[in-house]
Amino acid sequence: MHELAVTESILNIATRHAEQAQAVRVTVVHLVMGQLSSIVDDSVQFYWDMISADTICAGAQLHFERKPATLQCLECNRVYTLSGELSDCPDCHSARLKIVSGEEFYLESIEVEAAQEPPRQDALTSIREDAIP
Amino acid sequence: MTTLRVPVVEKILSANDRLAEQNRARLDQCGIFGLNIMAAPGAGKTSTILRTIEALSSGTPGSPIALGVVEGDTAAVTIDADKIIAAGRPAVQINTGGECHIDAVMLSGALNQLPLDQIELLIVENVGNLICPAAFSLGTHANVLISSVAEGDDKPYKYPNIYRGIDALIINKIDLLPYVEYNLDYFRRGVELLNPGVLTFPLSCRTGEGVERWVEWLLRKVKRET
Repeated sequence: MHELAVTESILNIATRHAEQAQAVRVTVVHLVMGQLSSIVDDSVQFYWDMISADTICAGAQLHFERKPATLQCLECNRVYTLSGELSDCPDCHSARLKIVSGEEFYLESIEVEAAQEPPRQDALTSIREDAIP
Repeated sequence: MTTLRVPVVEKILSANDRLAEQNRARLDQCGIFGLNIMAAPGAGKTSTILRTIEALSSGTPGSPIALGVVEGDTAAVTIDADKIIAAGRPAVQINTGGECHIDAVMLSGALNQLPLDQIELLIVENVGNLICPAAFSLGTHANVLISSVAEGDDKPYKYPNIYRGIDALIINKIDLLPYVEYNLDYFRRGVELLNPGVLTFPLSCRTGEGVERWVEWLLRKVKRET
């Protein structure tokens, strides 16, 4: 239900980083979502298409990488990957568990089209060429 | 034209988290303990707040406590805020305009309308919802969930995220236990899976049973005794 707010945040972050990189267009946005984060991909995509129109991110593809949830039993220290719903420790059946991963929800990177080569790479190339006797 | 990949690694809700930190700093500066109350619609959030106000007005050792309330609702109503004001305490109503939760920005705006220099306890009644409020930090010091027995005993299994981030759990409407199909052990097992050892306060806002223990805990928090 809060996918609109989430999508607005994604757009803000992507736009800010694209502008910093002096990009002309964002083509792909890579998102990482833990299995336990309650976000509906389809809804985010739906809102994205609407709110990114007329921005530097217009037409950019959203790429969702789902990370499985990993739990650790606080009794026997067994670490296991969750399949399906939350369940107790498969070894000792304790319910005292710690979530090791699966709650991630971040923007990992963006792919952008830049008007020109980034300045630093140009500089490095020219140094190397100068170094050739 | 070249294509390049720009590394970002930024939490999606980092803007909200940053604002939540600012809210927290503001509350700390004023010496206010902030409490975020979450629950499904009809679980008894407003009733719990009213019971708490009553107990913190007189009778409980350490009272009276000066408090203010922020009421969050998705529709443009002031039903809950009116009740708080009728109980003699300052209240601000947030109408989220269809949004399913209060976020840090909305709370920040509401704080501007409360006499922060005159209160020790801020109670935020979040929008009735078991999903979205869990994702948005507000900057409050404690998150409390109210689950009523009338909702059924399977709620931790069906809405796990909200159970994970809470500091205390109120089980409301225990006076209804003889009349509803509710297995308290099954419910508690689900909670234990998600939030091992979380404090629970079974109570009834209708009869007042169990309210004292909850208020004592809250009072210790407000007085920074634990």
